Formats: sequence, structure tokens, C-alpha cells
Amino acid sequence: MTETVVSEMETRAGSPLPQGEPASVPATAPAIPSMAGRRIRMESTRLNFHYGPKQALWDISLQIPEKTVTAFIGPSGCGKSTFLRCLNRMNDIIPDTRVEGDVLLDGNDVYGPGTDIVDLRRRVGMVFQKSNPFPKSIFENVAYGLKINGLAPRGEMPERVEKALRRAALWDEVKDRLDTSAMGLSGGQQQRLCIARAVAVEPEVLLMDEPCSALDPIATGKVEELIHELKRDFTIVIVTHNMQQAARVSEFTAFFMLGRLVEHDRTEKLFTNPGQKITEDYITGRFG
Amino acid sequence: MNRTRRRKALSGLVVFLCGAAVVLALVPLFFVFGYVIQRGFSSLNWNFFTKMPKPVGETGGGMANAMLGTVYLILVAGAFAIPVGVIAGVYLSEYGKKSFGSLVRFTADVLNGVPSIVIGIFAYGLAVLPVKHFSALAGGLALGFMMIPIITRTTEELLNLVPGTLREGALALGATRARAAFSVMVPAALPGIMTGVLVALARIAGETAPLLFTAFNNRFMTTSLLQPISSLPVQIYTYAVSPYEDWHRQAWAGALVLVGFVFTFSVLARVVTRRLERMHRT
Repeated sequence: MTETVVSEMETRAGSPLPQGEPASVPATAPAIPSMAGRRIRMESTRLNFHYGPKQALWDISLQIPEKTVTAFIGPSGCGKSTFLRCLNRMNDIIPDTRVEGDVLLDGNDVYGPGTDIVDLRRRVGMVFQKSNPFPKSIFENVAYGLKINGLAPRGEMPERVEKALRRAALWDEVKDRLDTSAMGLSGGQQQRLCIARAVAVEPEVLLMDEPCSALDPIATGKVEELIHELKRDFTIVIVTHNMQQAARVSEFTAFFMLGRLVEHDRTEKLFTNPGQKITEDYITGRFG
Repeated sequence: MNRTRRRKALSGLVVFLCGAAVVLALVPLFFVFGYVIQRGFSSLNWNFFTKMPKPVGETGGGMANAMLGTVYLILVAGAFAIPVGVIAGVYLSEYGKKSFGSLVRFTADVLNGVPSIVIGIFAYGLAVLPVKHFSALAGGLALGFMMIPIITRTTEELLNLVPGTLREGALALGATRARAAFSVMVPAALPGIMTGVLVALARIAGETAPLLFTAFNNRFMTTSLLQPISSLPVQIYTYAVSPYEDWHRQAWAGALVLVGFVFTFSVLARVVTRRLERMHRT
């Protein structure tokens, strides 16, 4: 798996690197040169977020191009998970929270009055930090989203479940025990099951909130490999504490600090030639 | 050395006190069981389970109608109390974090502590007075009112133990709040909820007071909701306060059967919980 990543990094490194101006804290989404030509799937403009009296995000403007992996990095409590959860309005269930600014999905305001939150979450799927399979069978776990959204007739269900499990590279490990409880799977398998469950409903965007933080290196490797496969079909946003992981899996990286977006650029640019001193300090491990 | 010996002696004393407290707590239980078994077992025979009560003055007969009546009343009570209790528990756990929820929670706790005779009077006013007729329905209502707060609170507490990440997982797949609650949270808490339901059933199976002036009693077999119906506790009470030796014997036998009833529910609760838990966890 590492080989695939490395070779891809080399190919990209071989192409001429775009030399943009060093980004300052942007007010509107900055144009990152290599985004040109790619469709922007999601976009936030001047997004502010408050937990009660405490403001957690300041003026986040960011574009997420389709069929790429965008990584959010930054020290704990910097707001990257909060921002991620704004993208599918997962913060709505937390009482006393407030959002200002826009989040657009395909140009439509996610927080607008016309948005059906159920439909939004179907289109913007999510994988959580701690794997959270339902205490049901493996089959039922994957079928859940299809069932509640009425996306597949009963007869097609086995086919759709198999497809999702194959996409999550889990099929061969579980095909003989689809009817057993998902709680019996290992941690890594559980997380891939959650990924299968999320991709089964064919979302456009897949949000991953530190999906590997509870996994061992081998399971982490499998999930990263999976992310590589999935970005052909989905737009992926991943929050990670692991900078090597961000470097391995993503095309674009956004660095958050104290609730602000400090820098957003192509991953290899951000890691090799960051525009901000503070980014450099963080990625070289001088703090955080 | 002296200090060590003192410490050991003190430790021994505390262990002894703990043991003594356990024995004291268990002694009444054994005495009750022992006495009921001793007095009841000799009067227990096949007729007791299959025969109807004999008219006053005649010996023999059994409590078939009372046993069936108790099962019937439990079914009536469970039929409305289980759904109401579980759904109210879901409400408290999912939506009841604000002041109205606290009010409901407080009310449920108060209701749980209300003496059963008061519940009986309430059911009497609700279902007996308007129709001027004792009925199985009134008895079932009284028992159900006692079950609801127990089931509501256990359901709520067990749902609170289910990790919130499961709810988020369901919401992230496009489930509505209610859908997530009933299709993910409740199944996850099901073993515990079942235990709560069975504990509530065990609790009401032996209730006498709320039935005295609701279900009343009936010398005959009936399955009509609108007729008075016999039940084990009321039958035991009636026989125990009678002047007839043979009825006293039967009351003891009835008590033994009732204890057996409650015991079965409790064992069932444990077994069901284990089963479901094993199914879920592995």
C-alpha cells in the first residue's frame, strides 16, 4: 500500500509544482492553482461557529474539489472536527450551537431553509473516530442506510450490500458470516464496516473524522489503502492527527489553528514549502 | 508488630460485620420461603391447579380461576403499560433533557412511590365508578399504572447507557431522530429494557391492594374484560381472612404458587438478558 502512495507522490512531484503566493489567513476561499478545472463539491464562506458563548470557528473559507482527498490537520481543539461536522450539520444535535456564514454543497446552501437535513446527510456521509457499528448483523448494518432512505428494493439489497462491502475491502473477510453480529468483528474490520455502511448509500462526499485513531498500524494501512480506492468515486474529507497520514492520503491539506484556517494548499506544497511560519513549526513538530 | 496485629484484627472484625449483615439480610428471605414452602407444599395438589373454588363449607377445590385471572390481568396491564412505558422512556432519553423532561421524570418517580392502594382508588374512580361495575379492565389499568413508571425509568436509564455515537452513526446515514431512536438505540438497549419489563411484571404480579376494588374477585372462570375477575393475591387474601381451616390451607398453597410466579419472572429476566446480551456482544 505504501508503495502505491509513494509512486503516486513521485508522479505528482515529477510534474511542475505550482508556485502560488504564500497564503495569508484567507477571507474568501483562495484559489489553489491545481484546483482549476476541478469541480468544487463543497465550499464554505466565512463560516463562524459557536458553542454557546464560546466561538469555535472564525471565518473559515474553504473549497473542497470533487474526487480528491482533502485532509484537515491541526492541534487538538483547533476546530477541524467541528468544521467537518458543520459540513453535514452534525452539530445541529448539540444544543446551544450557532452557525454563521455559508456552506455550499453543489452550490446550494446547506444551512438554507430549503435544505432537507436527512437528504443532506445521505449525500454527505460520515465515518467517525470510534467505529460505531450498530448492534445488528453485518448485513443489517450495511443495509441500514439503504433501507431507511428507501434506496433499494428488498430484492436488490444483497447485491447492494455486497457491492458496498467490496468497496470497503471487507467482503472476503465477512462474506461467510453476514448474519452474525457486527460486534464480533475486530476494530479495523468494524471501521471498514462503518465505511461500507457510509458508501452503501452512494454519498457524494464522505467525511472521515480521525478514522484511524483507534486502529493499529496494519488496520490503519488498510483504511488508507481504501481511501485511495474510494476517492475515484467520492469526494473525501479526512480529519487526522497524523501528519504522515495526511501526507500519504491527501491531495489537499488544510491546517487549522485556534479555530482559524491558517493555510490550505496542495499537500506536498504545504508539507515541503509551507507558506506560513506557524504551519512549518507545526509540521516539523516544534509544537502541538 | 503490635500495630500489624491490631490492623489484622480490625480487618477481621470488618469482614465479620459484613458477613453478618449479609446473613441478616438473607435470613428473612429464607424464613419466608421456607415457611411458605412448608405450609403450602402439603396443600398443593393437582386439583389445586385444575379445580374451581368449592362453595363455602365444602372442602377441596382449587384456584384455577385465580391463576388464570392473574395471568390475564398481567396481560391486560402489559398490553398498554409496556408500549407506553417504553415510548415514554425513549422520549425522556432522546428529547427530555429540558425542563419538561425533568417534570416528566419527577412525576414518574413520584408515581413509582405512590402506595398501590392509592393507584387502586384512582383506577376505581376511572374505570369502576362510571360503569358501576368491577372489571378485569379496571384491575389491568391499576396494575398497568404501577408498571409504567418502572418501565419508563429503566428504559430511559438503559438508553442513556447506549453510546451516543450510535445515534450519530444513524443520523449520518440520513435517519431522522425518531428513526435513529427506534431502529438503533432501542434495539441496542433491548436486553436491559426486557429486564426492566420483567422486573415490573414480577413487581405487579403479587399486588393485592390495587385489585381489591377494581378487578374484585370472581368465583367463576372468566375471560371477559368487563367482568370482575379473580386473581391469586386477592384469592389468598380472601381465604386467609376466612374462618375456615381448609381455606387457610389453600391460601398457603396459593402463596407458594404466587412466589413461584414471581420467582419465574425474575429468573426469566436474568436468562433473557444473558441471551440477548450474548447475541449482541459477540
